[in-house]
Order: sequence, then structure tokens, then C-alpha cells
Amino acid sequence: MIEVSVTVNGRAYEEAVAPRLLLSDFLRHTLGLTGTHVGCEHGVCGSCTVIVDDRSVRSCLMLAAQVDGAEVRTVEGLADGDELHPLQAAFRRNHALQCGFCTPGILMASVDFLERSDSPGRRQIAEMLSGHLCRCTGYEPIVESIHAVALQEGQSP
Amino acid sequence: MSWVGKPLERIEDETLLRGRGRFIDDLNPVPGAYHAAVVRSPYAAAHLTSIDASAALASPGVLAVVTGQQVAELTKPFHAVIDTPVAFRAAAVEEVRYAGEPVAVVVARDRYLAEDAAEMVAVEYEPAAPVLTPLDAVAAGAIVSDRSFVYGDPLGKLEEADLVVTESFTFPRWTGTPVEGFGVIADWSAADDALTVWTNFQGPFTLYMAAAAALGLPRSKLRLITPPDSGGSFGIKAAVYTYVVLMGAVSRHLGVPVRWIEDRLEHLAASAASTERVTEVTAGFTNDGKLISLGYDVVEDVGAYLRAPEPATLYRMHGSLSGAYTVQDVSARNRVVLTNRCPTGLNRGFGGPQLYFALEGTMAIAAARLGIDPVDLAHRNLVAAGEFPYTTPTGAIYDSGDYAVCLDDALATVGYAEHRRRQAAARADGRLVGIGIACVVEPSVSNMGYISLAETAQERSGGLPKSGNTEGATISMSPGGGVVVQISTTPQGQGHRTVVSQVVADQLGLEPGDIEVVSVLDTHVNAWSIASGNYSSRFSAMGVAAVQQAAEELTAAIKQIAAHELECAVLDVELRDGKAAVVGQQDAAVSLRRIAGKAHWNPEALPDGVAPGLRFTSFVSAPGLEPAASDDTIASSAVHGFVADVAVVEVDRETGAVTVLDYATTHDAGTLLNPRLVEGQVRGGFAHGAGVALMERLAYDEDGNLITASFMDYLCMTASEVPPLRSSHIETPSPFTALGAKGLGEGNTMSAPVTIANAVRDALGIERLELPLTPSRVWELIEPLS
Repeated sequence: MIEVSVTVNGRAYEEAVAPRLLLSDFLRHTLGLTGTHVGCEHGVCGSCTVIVDDRSVRSCLMLAAQVDGAEVRTVEGLADGDELHPLQAAFRRNHALQCGFCTPGILMASVDFLERSDSPGRRQIAEMLSGHLCRCTGYEPIVESIHAVALQEGQSP
Repeated sequence: MSWVGKPLERIEDETLLRGRGRFIDDLNPVPGAYHAAVVRSPYAAAHLTSIDASAALASPGVLAVVTGQQVAELTKPFHAVIDTPVAFRAAAVEEVRYAGEPVAVVVARDRYLAEDAAEMVAVEYEPAAPVLTPLDAVAAGAIVSDRSFVYGDPLGKLEEADLVVTESFTFPRWTGTPVEGFGVIADWSAADDALTVWTNFQGPFTLYMAAAAALGLPRSKLRLITPPDSGGSFGIKAAVYTYVVLMGAVSRHLGVPVRWIEDRLEHLAASAASTERVTEVTAGFTNDGKLISLGYDVVEDVGAYLRAPEPATLYRMHGSLSGAYTVQDVSARNRVVLTNRCPTGLNRGFGGPQLYFALEGTMAIAAARLGIDPVDLAHRNLVAAGEFPYTTPTGAIYDSGDYAVCLDDALATVGYAEHRRRQAAARADGRLVGIGIACVVEPSVSNMGYISLAETAQERSGGLPKSGNTEGATISMSPGGGVVVQISTTPQGQGHRTVVSQVVADQLGLEPGDIEVVSVLDTHVNAWSIASGNYSSRFSAMGVAAVQQAAEELTAAIKQIAAHELECAVLDVELRDGKAAVVGQQDAAVSLRRIAGKAHWNPEALPDGVAPGLRFTSFVSAPGLEPAASDDTIASSAVHGFVADVAVVEVDRETGAVTVLDYATTHDAGTLLNPRLVEGQVRGGFAHGAGVALMERLAYDEDGNLITASFMDYLCMTASEVPPLRSSHIETPSPFTALGAKGLGEGNTMSAPVTIANAVRDALGIERLELPLTPSRVWELIEPLS
């Protein structure tokens, strides 16, 4: 077993994990943070995306042992108390989710994307999203939501 | 104040957006559940000679390896409407019939250990030659059903035709493949001789009955509970019922609770898929473009086993074989064949994509041969607005519509005339631009009796006739005046809870936020029937009708109590703003909370005829869904929407890539209950249809191995590929449903494949093509032209 000290959504955890335990399983089953979903376990669908030290990663392609000393953000940490994150609010406004299974991964990838993009257009947003599978929405409302938040951020000082 | 019809945001969303959804793998409903991994056949066809589990049993954390033989000792083969020569069991015993078929289950302390051990189970096979295509199956004699239907005199009419189109259409195997796969948690209780199962099943509950029968638990000993959330399905999760049997038998055999969460490779290889269908069409037209004779010769590949509800894919559309057209003389020969591929099942569109690929493809080919614009050809054949309700030659009753207006609306949306002008200019420049249309009748609310058409009238006469489509719902008012509604439509993202809150809020004079809607289905608690569940786009008609009726009963009781208290006539009471009030009087009112309090706390004060408790369960069945008639006509669905689509595409001469330049769709789904959710269904259904038109196919190698077994190989549409879509609506309310609504979640999955195909036909000036229209395939079509 390997000792892992990790901060997830601002809370510190110390856990002993098997060397091969996936980060996705660690978050879901060791820490009980089941908002991170697993859709393919081979890094294509993007549902399990979380942010590790300010980079979005596929938690099904990373080991829990690799996040020792890291700061992890998951969908559970996105809202500020009662107030939804602007992306969450935009997704609700634009009906950008149906079953909601792929949504946490898309939200986390979009948070990371907006943090490192300068006024992205729809095409760039669609390219970023091409690493995520959503079978319900046909994507357009998701693109619209991310674009709306990007425009909002562009306007704020 | 009417909440129905408003584009309200969803009550489901905040929970899901916060990562607080509760999907099957998030649940731990029983302590100490063991984890299962399924050992699967690597061969598409083989004799299974031995299983050696000794190495697996010695692996750390392994409790047991349960073989197909041990499962068979606790279960019966599954039944379907047709008897076939091969017994279909939850796990194979002596013969495997597709790559991915379960042969054993490893049960261990955690999933990692179970998967380790699954690889150590040594299974010996004697491989055989697989049968992999529908036509090879015909040649091999693997036909399990062969029925012919004649309505009118199609052969006689063919002799009167000026043009006869005979063409073959092959619709590929594909899958809606939801991002969440199957999950089952099974808990056998020896004390009760009963099984409780949590699973992301979606109905129809005919399949719950099939699972109970296979487990030998036909009465009340199988309790099935769905999780609060399900990560999409598109029909596919109906097939989880065979794993309910498999894990139920394993739990029973071992006496421990067992959980199994499917992975993506298992899902693509061994869950469910659409049928692959080969259709030979023979269609007769007059010179002025009237379709006067229509014949189908269909070979339907249902895979390795005829798994219930198959061959439903073939009969779901039977009432609509004539599509949106007035042709009266129709025939069909339906052959169902077995191949060595994963069994088929529900998949969005369910028979519609296959039917319309043939019918609307034929219309496009005929238009080109007759030198008539395809729009004009459609207009000369569409059922006219004055003809509704319209009975088709095969027995469907089309409830309402205005097909011509709908088609014209789609043409106006896309700018058809302008696109034709631009196409001419582009062609003059040597570019390959094409325009395709399709007109699609979208049935919803399936008749539980249509599958019996797979039997002859004489064979049917021996059994219990089946008909209708029943749904139930329960509404209650708590002692504090809170309203809770329980539905049995097992949503997987469609927003049923939101729509129900709108419907009930209107009834009770409350706001949608005041209504709690519970979509968990517990077979020992909910009001459900065999038709319950989420398929054939039945929610907006049947789910809503059941809720509406239960809410009406609650409303009637509230009004009686209020009238008693306010000393007025029941007819003078109206419900508004959380109160029961006397019509036209400002002050004479009593709060719903007080009425609820009375019903629970002071039943002695209730007026005669009002029972205490305020809890009402209602069941409704769709009208007009008679059993199949002796002449083989059937009202296969209760409600019929309409979709008209226009696609404009350009084909790249160098690469064969197809780009959709413009796409318009106009729906008539009757009254729209929540336009925001409607748009979501349209866009989602379109993405699936465009996917199978351009990218998606389950492909197998010559040995029967699935070669699109991961998301790297099975190409789902992504945000970069999904074509632009413009949608609009006309509303002709259904006279057959509670609020005039029709289903609409599947229409574009039916229409988009053939619309895009017709546009490519137009671009290239060809007739025969196969889906998906991948660049390599299209390039091969261009090559001989240049």
C-alpha cells in the first residue's frame, strides 16, 4: 500500500492505497466523491475528467498514487455554497445536460479550458469538447453555455 | 396560469450539476456486496468443452467462480414470441454463439481482484465457422421466422405502374451506446426465497416478466428497483434484464449480494445493438408521380439469439409501412435470421431508421428517375390534412397532422429554392453539392400486441390476446400539504420530473417547485404495468396521462373537502395560489394545507364520499390499440407525429468526406409540454441519426470479432462533427392523448440517416449506397464517376 496525502476540493485526505488503484476509483469509492463518473476506462469519453494541480486530467488514466501532494478539484467543489459556478448556471439555463452522466467531466474540462484560454470562439470550444462524449444533447447547448461564460468573463474587468 | 407549454428549466439539473446525482454505481444499498466480473467467449461460434477455474479460485480475494452450467441449474431459458432452435440462457452452457457471450462469473472482494481472476479462468473451446451477415444467414438456413403480408393488391397495381423501382437497402448495426453502461446489484434472500435487484433498467416491464420467468420467480419474488438517475439509454438498457437473471442466479447460488458494473468493452461487444436489415423494395409509380404499389422483402438480423422483445424492431413500424403516403396496396415479407453477433434490441428509432432508409430512399430514386423534384413527389403522395384520423392499409390510425404544411415549413426554414440555385452554380463549378429530403411519420406509444404479428393469425388465436399500452402513477398529499408524485416511466435524462411538476402544478393551482416527483421505480411500491418504462417515446402521452388522471382524482377530493368547509357547491371551487377558493369571491378560500390537515388529522370531519389519506393511484391505457386482427392489420402505435427534414451536403471529390452544409427539421409533435426539453430531444435524436449516417457502425471481422470495441474505434459524434441544425415546430394536438402531446424523441433518428443519404445520392447522381457514409466508402462511389 502507498500513503497518499492529497487535497480534494480544499479538504485534506491521508489514505493508504493499492499501487494500481485508479484515481477515478479513489475519488469515487475511497473518498465517496461519486460526482466523478466513469464511462469508458480508456480515456476517450472524458466523463471522469478532474483537475489536478490546475491541469484537467482523465482520472481513469491516472493512479491515485500519482496525486500524492497534489491539489485535486472535482465537480463537487465547483459551486460556491448555494451559488452555482457560472458554467453550472449556464448549463442549466441552456439545457446543456440531459442524463447528466457526462456533465461533471465536461464541466471540469471547461473550467480548465476557460482558465487557460483567451476569449475562445465556438470552434475552439467545439475542439476542446471533442474529447468528451455526450450522447444526449447533440452538443450545441454545451458549446453555447461555455461560449456564454467565456463572453461574460471577457467583459468582466 | 398554465405551466404546461412553458420552457421551464429542469428540476433535475441542480443535483446533477453539483455531482450529486445517484447513478447505479453510486449506490450501496446492501452491505458487503461482492464484485462480479464476467468471463466471456472470445469466439463468435464454438463448442465449449471445459472450464477450469482452479487458478482463478486460488487468486486473492476470490469467493467463487460460477459457471454457465451452475447458472443454468437455477434458471430457465428466456422466452420470446417465437420459439427458436437455440436455447437462450443468461450464460452459455455448451455452445457459444457470439464473441462476448457470458460463460462464467467470477465473484471477488473487489472489482480489481475479480477482473484479475477472470483472466485466469481457463475455458477450452472448439471453434466453428460463424455466420455473420443477414444474407449469409438466409443461405445457411438460419431463418427463425418467415411471414408474408399482403394488403390490397400490390401485384395488380404494379402492372398499372409506369415506373417500377426495385432497389436493395442495407441498414447497418449501430448502437446509441449511453455513456453509462449497465449495472446490477443483486441480493438473494434465502429466508424469503426472493430476489431484490437494483438496476438501471428502463422497461418495458414485459422484460421484467421475462427475467422473473427465467429466474423461476414469476409471482412477487423478484423486486426490481431503479436508481434515482440513469446515464442515458436510448433503448439499449432494456437489455440489462438478462444480467438481472445472471447476477440474480449468482447471488442465489452463493448466498451473498453481488454487484456488477459493466465496462465499455463489454458494453459495445455484448449489450445490445440495432438490427442490421436488408430490404428489397419493389415500388410502382405512375408517370405523374403517384406511388401506387409498395412491396418490402426484409431480412432482419437479430444476432445470436432472438432476445425479447425481438423481433419487435421489425413490427414496431408495421402500421406505418406506407409511411406518410396514401398508397393503399402494400406487401411485406419478413424473414428474421440469427447470426453469430451480439443479440439486438431497443435502440433509438427502433425500426424507423431501417424502414425509412428503404422507403424514403426509394422516393428519392423514383423522383430522380421520373424527373420530378423530390418535394413535388412527396406532395403528390402525402396524406392530406383533411384525412385525419387516417387509417393506413396496415392498420395504424394516424391521429392528426398537416404533413404538407410541415414539409413546406422545413423547406422555408432551409431556403430550399435558394439552395437549389446555389447547387446549380456549385455543380457548374464542378462541386458535388446535393440536397435530400425525407418525410417521416413518427409513431409513439407502442401497442403491446404488435409483436404477436410474428405469429400467424391461427397461431395467435391459441394464446392470450395482447393489446394496449398501460401506465400508472400515484399522487399523494401529506398531512402538511406537500405533494408527491410517483411515476413509472424510468427516465434516463429526458426530464420527466420537470414535465410532471408542470402538469400537476396546473391541476392543483400550485407552482412546479411545490411538487416533488419521484422517478425511482420499485416494483413492490410503484403503480406500474407491463408497458411501463421509457421507450417508444411514450412519456408525453402515457406518463403524462396517468399523472393527469391521478391529479384529477386528488383535485376532486380537495374540492369536495373545500366545498364542505366553505359551504358552497363543489363546482364553484377552484384551486389557485395554494388555496381552494370559491370562484369569483376574493375572501372565501381555504388553504390546501388546511384541507390536507383535515384529511389526515380529522377524518371525522370529512364530507361523505371522501376517504381519508389523500393518496390516489391511476392507471390509463392508450385508446385504439386493439390486438392484431385476423387480417394481420395492427394499430401498432397509439400516436403519430410527423417530421420533415431537408439536408444540404457537399462531397469532397478528393477525400470522399461528406460535409452537411445546412439541415432543417420541422416537427409536428402535437402540443409541446416544455419546448426547452423538446429542443433537447430533437437535437439529441438528430445527433444519433447523423451519427449513423456518417460515422457510427458496429463492424466485425471475418471471425466475428467486434473490431469497433472501444470508443477509439466506435466513432460517436463529437462536438466538432455534429452538423448544424435548424428546427421548428407546428402543433396539431393529438385527439387521443390527455394534453394533445405526441412522442418526439426518436423522429430525427429515423429521418436523418436517409435525409443525408438522399442528399449524397443527389450530389453524386447515384442510387445505391451504404451507411455510414464514411470518406473511404464515398470515395469508392466517386471513383467510377470520374
